[in-house]
Amino acid sequence: MAWIGEIDLGTRPTPANDKALVSLIIDGQAIEVPEGTSIMRAAALMGTTIPKLCATDSLDAFGSCRLCLVEIEGRNGYPASCTTPVVPGMVVRTQTEKLKTLRRGVMELYISDHPLDCLTCPANGDCELQDQAGAVGLREVRYGYDGRNHLAVEKDESNPYFDFDPTKCIVCSRCVRACDEIQGTLALTIEDRGFASAVSPSQGQDFLSSECVSCGACVQACPTSALMEKKVVEIGTPDRAVVTTCAYCGVGCTFRAEMRGEELVRMVPWKDGKANHGHSCVKGRFAWGYAQHQDRILNPMIRSSVDEPWQEVSWEEAIAYTASEFKRIQAKYGARSIGGITSSRCTNEETFLVQKLVRQGFGNNNVDTCARVCHSPTGYGLKTTFGTSAGTQDFDSVEQADVIMIIGANPTDGHPVFASRMKQRLRQGAHLIVVDPRRIDIVRTPHVEADFHLQLRPGTNVAVLTAMAHVVVTEKLYDEGYVRARCDWDEFQDWAEFVGQAVHSPEATEALTKVPADLVRDAARLYATGGNAAIYYGLGVTEHSQGSSTVMAIANLAMATGNVGREGVGVNPLRGQNNVQGACDMGSFPHEFSGYRHVSDEATRKMFEQAWGVPLSAEPGLRIPNMLDAATDGEFKGIFIQGEDILQSDPNTTHVAAGLAAMECVVVQDLFLNETANYAHVFLPGSTFLEKDGTFTNAERRIQRVRKVMEPKNGYADWEIVQLVANAMGLGWTYGHPSEIMNEIAALTPTFKRVNYKALDEHGSLQWPVTDAAPAGTPTMHIDAFVRGRGHFVVTDYVPTDEKTGPRFPLLLTTGRILSQYNVGAQTRRTDNVLWHEEDRLEIHPVDAEDRGIRDGDWISLRSRAGETTLRALITSRVAPGVVYTTFHHPDTQANVITTEYSDWATNCPEYKVTAVQVMPSNGPSEWQQSYREQAAHSRRIAGHVAAAE
Amino acid sequence: MSTDDHLIYMANQIARNFAASGVEAAIKATADHITAFWDPRMKARLFACQAKGEAGLGDIAAAAVERLQGQPAQ
Repeated sequence: MAWIGEIDLGTRPTPANDKALVSLIIDGQAIEVPEGTSIMRAAALMGTTIPKLCATDSLDAFGSCRLCLVEIEGRNGYPASCTTPVVPGMVVRTQTEKLKTLRRGVMELYISDHPLDCLTCPANGDCELQDQAGAVGLREVRYGYDGRNHLAVEKDESNPYFDFDPTKCIVCSRCVRACDEIQGTLALTIEDRGFASAVSPSQGQDFLSSECVSCGACVQACPTSALMEKKVVEIGTPDRAVVTTCAYCGVGCTFRAEMRGEELVRMVPWKDGKANHGHSCVKGRFAWGYAQHQDRILNPMIRSSVDEPWQEVSWEEAIAYTASEFKRIQAKYGARSIGGITSSRCTNEETFLVQKLVRQGFGNNNVDTCARVCHSPTGYGLKTTFGTSAGTQDFDSVEQADVIMIIGANPTDGHPVFASRMKQRLRQGAHLIVVDPRRIDIVRTPHVEADFHLQLRPGTNVAVLTAMAHVVVTEKLYDEGYVRARCDWDEFQDWAEFVGQAVHSPEATEALTKVPADLVRDAARLYATGGNAAIYYGLGVTEHSQGSSTVMAIANLAMATGNVGREGVGVNPLRGQNNVQGACDMGSFPHEFSGYRHVSDEATRKMFEQAWGVPLSAEPGLRIPNMLDAATDGEFKGIFIQGEDILQSDPNTTHVAAGLAAMECVVVQDLFLNETANYAHVFLPGSTFLEKDGTFTNAERRIQRVRKVMEPKNGYADWEIVQLVANAMGLGWTYGHPSEIMNEIAALTPTFKRVNYKALDEHGSLQWPVTDAAPAGTPTMHIDAFVRGRGHFVVTDYVPTDEKTGPRFPLLLTTGRILSQYNVGAQTRRTDNVLWHEEDRLEIHPVDAEDRGIRDGDWISLRSRAGETTLRALITSRVAPGVVYTTFHHPDTQANVITTEYSDWATNCPEYKVTAVQVMPSNGPSEWQQSYREQAAHSRRIAGHVAAAE
Repeated sequence: MSTDDHLIYMANQIARNFAASGVEAAIKATADHITAFWDPRMKARLFACQAKGEAGLGDIAAAAVERLQGQPAQ
């Protein structure tokens, strides 16, 4: 349902490429609109609202409610204005005596089978049916209310976030069409015919057990309260709204946070959001209850040893203790003995401040970010080949793609809102290639089927991509004109000679990759010759020993086929967390300042030295895994960790725990006592995205505002907390608002030169580079030339991982995420999303399960050379024989106890996706799980509190 | 894996990934990569391993380390 003040034009706009204008007369007024526009939309554009119920401008016109009838001179009857396009010279009347009579008649029929409980209805006036009753002047219902009706049909309250009340349903099909046209799941239908017609999830199931993915599109589309958020039922309708940006995945959906006073009533996707265009997923739309969860820690706490219970203290004492500990450690062990970790969940401004605290305050470059463990190979690979560490396109570009190749990404689970856009494009006829060890949902989903699924063995991405390149080169499918004009031709020839070797052919690599050679050949031909070809990839590319090589192999393939530098093509990393792109942009890596400039670059360093008034180190600092190594060696003693749970998210948990335990001061700034906090000495309570101002940058380089909708429950926004620490260390920061931090970022970062809050408010969002030459931003990169000049082909030899299967560990484990949970689950586990995923399970192929006597749901032991854990089995052919898969959302499982220290050769991004394991039946938790639970319970004690916070 | 072993492993891994570009180019690329991305302590530790003669570095990585040791410190 549209927010009050938000205009619903009734039908969708015509495609942007349709520029011809049509003149017509509506109610005596002349208007010009693009050809193909409906009469309803044309009228709405000139300010005339034609009554309607089944029409809304987010859906295709349907023409079922018969309320939007109009009269057209020279035409018989009363056509529906939503389905009738304008034609030149048309004369339309939207309000006549006959039309009034017809509309009242329609409304009488609707109302005769609708409960008359408007005063107690949760819609509470925010109801299009009620609006239309008023609009048509309905004063009586001649049929009475005693005829056959649906008023006794039971509510479906199964979904934790919304109710379906069939008594309020007018069977307009808006929910069914939203599920089809926006979400693309097709979970809803209208069952039966005539009077018996009813909305039905899946095959007559309730919403929770149906295929519904709880994206909320149906709820938003419903014109009555038939589909209504439970929070609105509980609290009442909102009375104000603030537009802000979601804090979950890298799609970066914008939402209206709809409030009543200081209470958040609901999050509704913003129609004008340029990343999501009014769509949402179950996390952003509904899973925000963690912000008010009882587990949130709101008071600062300190302790001198992790064996002691936490002591709640004032902010002043906590900050003073933090600063004094860092100073003490540096005095004793040297300036390089401490460092910090920035968070991809925090804002650009907060991230910038943390790295500034480290470089300016700690006097070293020991700063890293959680992108280390996800997309650091993207930064390395795309900077090397193209010249900038970011994706090449905006999300809208997918609408121009003819071939979509998804590599190592599971967009329907990880980036669901963009996946819906992708599915709509595929349904229009674009081709799909999926390269993934698992049969992910998009391989075959309603009305979508991949042309090719290359179900490769984990760890062989480079071999498969090189085999595809072999086909492109040996069959001369490359775009020579593009390569000669845009890239280094000599380098291309070296690369072509390499990939053209017989050893790289699909036939030669089949034994290694397990992908049939003919599939690789056909996929390569489709990618190279199918028109605009766009690659979308995720952590299945980066989290390998060869992560950076794979990114460069992707870039090579795109350049060779001329698929970079225009709409519909490109290389697009799907970023995991909301602000991975931004955290990387802001100088969170130990070797570079904001804007990806190396610390050894003298001119850049001098600029920062001048701005910050201190000398800065020209040497790179430690990466997260190197910090942990140095800690176990006694050389790294203190760390400031903002919004990151390295104990759960980083590989080889035992080693992470040992590193943290070896430090003298671990400071954790977070919402909850996360797993890392079990080893912390200072806990600084964080604020949620609802409680602060700032910006996030999404996967398409789009900088978007985060706006405060309520006061921070912990007392301070995160940027204020970092400033308090900085000032306790003597840095004298004086930021009064995050906009001032952005001004500093812009002054020091050429790609952000024209970014400021005023410009963001004016444009809604801006995609960097935002420069004097491109003040409105840059949706598509490398249009006329690559940022580095000529595109750089890199020979990417396939160097197999050293993680090998063998008799002790014969299976390969790969890990990933699921739709309802987010990353380490700290937020989503504290919402009703646990109904869909209450535990991590191990997917295992039926053959492997049978070999081991494992039945579906059995407890199993999962063991690698790094560690052992216990979880339940899910038997499925989604994984190939020899491959098992699990998620890492639950600390009780801690999948990263299993993963190893192997990492990407260029960036140390962990090799989460390939671990040799054995799986056996089990009847109890592993030794590690038992000892960890005891340690966690012991560590979470808070003096004066009866129970631990988690 | 001890820290020393880890650093040696990392250096060899970098070298292996540059090896296809030819020995001389790989030595240079390996040295450049370590210069660009390694903390000074990591480099010093790797050099110390090399000096002790127990590094276990492959030919390309060893040559890269020698080249780096010949460079003036920043």
